[in-house]
Amino acid sequence: MGIEVEADGLTKSFGRHTVWRDVSLTLPAGEISVMLGPSGTGKTVFLKTLVGLVRPERGRVVINGVDIVSCRERQLYRTRRLMGVMFQDGALFGSMNLYDNIAFPLREHTRRNERQIRSIVEEKMAMVGLSGAESKLPGEISGGMRKRAGLARALVLDPEFILCDEPDSGLDPVRTAYLSQLLIDLNAQIDATILIVTHNIQMARTVPDNIGMLYRRQLVTFGPREVLLTSDEPVVAQFLNGRRSGPIGMSEEKDAAATAAEAMTEPDLDDVRGVVPQLTPTPGQPYRQAAARRQERVMRILHQLPPAAQQGILAGRHEVSHERTG
Amino acid sequence: MNALAETGRVFTLAAQVARMSFTTRPQVRETVEQFWFIASVTILPAALVSIPFGAVIALQVGSLTRQLGAESFTGAASVLAIVQQASPLVTALLVAGAGGSAICADLGARTIREEMDAMEVMGISPVQRLVVPRVHAAMGVAVLLNGLVSTVGVVGGYFFNVIMQNGTPGAYLASFSALAHLPDLWVSEIKALIFGFIAGVVAANRGISAKGGPKGVGDAVNQSVVLAFLLLFFVNLVITAIYLRVVPPKGA
Ligand SMILES: Nc1ncnc2c1ncn2[C@@H]1O[C@H](COP(=O)(O)OP(=O)(O)OP(=O)(O)O)[C@@H](O)[C@H]1O
Ligand SMILES: [Mg+2]
Repeated sequence: MGIEVEADGLTKSFGRHTVWRDVSLTLPAGEISVMLGPSGTGKTVFLKTLVGLVRPERGRVVINGVDIVSCRERQLYRTRRLMGVMFQDGALFGSMNLYDNIAFPLREHTRRNERQIRSIVEEKMAMVGLSGAESKLPGEISGGMRKRAGLARALVLDPEFILCDEPDSGLDPVRTAYLSQLLIDLNAQIDATILIVTHNIQMARTVPDNIGMLYRRQLVTFGPREVLLTSDEPVVAQFLNGRRSGPIGMSEEKDAAATAAEAMTEPDLDDVRGVVPQLTPTPGQPYRQAAARRQERVMRILHQLPPAAQQGILAGRHEVSHERTG
Repeated sequence: MNALAETGRVFTLAAQVARMSFTTRPQVRETVEQFWFIASVTILPAALVSIPFGAVIALQVGSLTRQLGAESFTGAASVLAIVQQASPLVTALLVAGAGGSAICADLGARTIREEMDAMEVMGISPVQRLVVPRVHAAMGVAVLLNGLVSTVGVVGGYFFNVIMQNGTPGAYLASFSALAHLPDLWVSEIKALIFGFIAGVVAANRGISAKGGPKGVGDAVNQSVVLAFLLLFFVNLVITAIYLRVVPPKGA
């Protein structure tokens, strides 16, 4: 099963610019979580903090009993072998073709022979739809392909904690839908803890078990998906609906006058808030253990959640049990 | 303060590389590849530079010894100057200038493409996987080049002294054994080894801390070459001073 990841009181600044402060959350083991947030709110920095690439000024990140922030280098490297990271721009090795890129972690960390490596690499490349592109160099393929190759490389060591930085940006809507399904199937197959950083609303509504949002140097919320999807917070509502009217401006914040003016000029669009059914694994894939575990967990804390979220959860409960028997 | 932090980083990296050279599995393939690469960008310029360099020293020393009436020592004096000073420095300039800038540009480009981050999260230390092999390669190439530059320089010096200044071939060779001894050659190679290490570490340090896109890489390369030159000349002074104190010159 995947591993639980606990962030506690994280604060990060670059010089005098604070990216976010006092961020605490727990990614439940084996579940899929999404971190939302407007551009530049520090989602990538947060992801890098969880894997120990960025050192926060304060706080802890506990993975598998190891505090990533303060542990020794040896232990950090050992813990990282449990992780697979898909970077925002793929971060492929420019001097190697896709095959060698994806085979790299296997060659470095395992004693598999070349035939075994080939079969694993080909399987992962097929999984992300890159079969036939083995001999291409990263510089010769599109941004979307680089990303998918980055995901394939993140998966070859069967990680227990998968982090994806904006898996959807640079992908067309159809590929994004396939990718969403792929992440769900992957979770069903290997039961890994998954964190997705994105600003794609469709993905945020249909894929995760939990959603959080970073805004104005803070973690606005983090919890079961129903909480954010039914939230009345102006920031959340604006973000989910992708509107101009609301507290989020082109740069970080904006004044009240601009907000009022925009509310007047913006056409009245449909409100897309509300709980929609979560994706389920493709038929033929194993049952997603995380769904049942999450359900138990959420039912225990149900009474602490806002009424709208409770309703959403209770409606969704039906689907989970349905799926298991069906 | 910035310079201090930078110095700290260079020393930390140097210590890390030195430690990893003994404690981790050597990256043979990467080292060999880098060795050939650095050799390929430095050998030809080294050979081309060393002929006029040897000639200049031979001519200068030749005319000086004639003024002093010590013509019989022309050979030994110019060989010592070439082997102990000129050759390690020419080597250092080439390894730092041509080899170091290539190392720095390569690592810098990888850094801004987040390849280093990617490697780290795969549980692989970029210092061990990329920096150590490059530093070893730079050291190897420096020793190789030093041998090459010394040889070419000495042969060139001999040629110029005998042909141009009508020196006697016999006296040129005989004076070798009068003034020069084996430690002179060793210190030359040890210098080259140390210069290779410094050039490699300084270049790698600038490369892995590059930031701010392609322009950042350009700046990093520039800084690494300047910094390496400064350090190399300073270290040369220190080593020379120590050597001349510790190892008594022959015949003294
Ligand atoms: N190495 C760094 N040095 C200085 N500032 C940085 C560094 N990395 C990130 N920042 C700053 O931190 C803030 C958050 O950046 P980050 O890349 O995490 O945003 P993001 O939420 O991922 O945005 P996007 O959705 O566009 O990818 C930005 O203001 C950025 O300028
Ligand atoms: Mg980002």
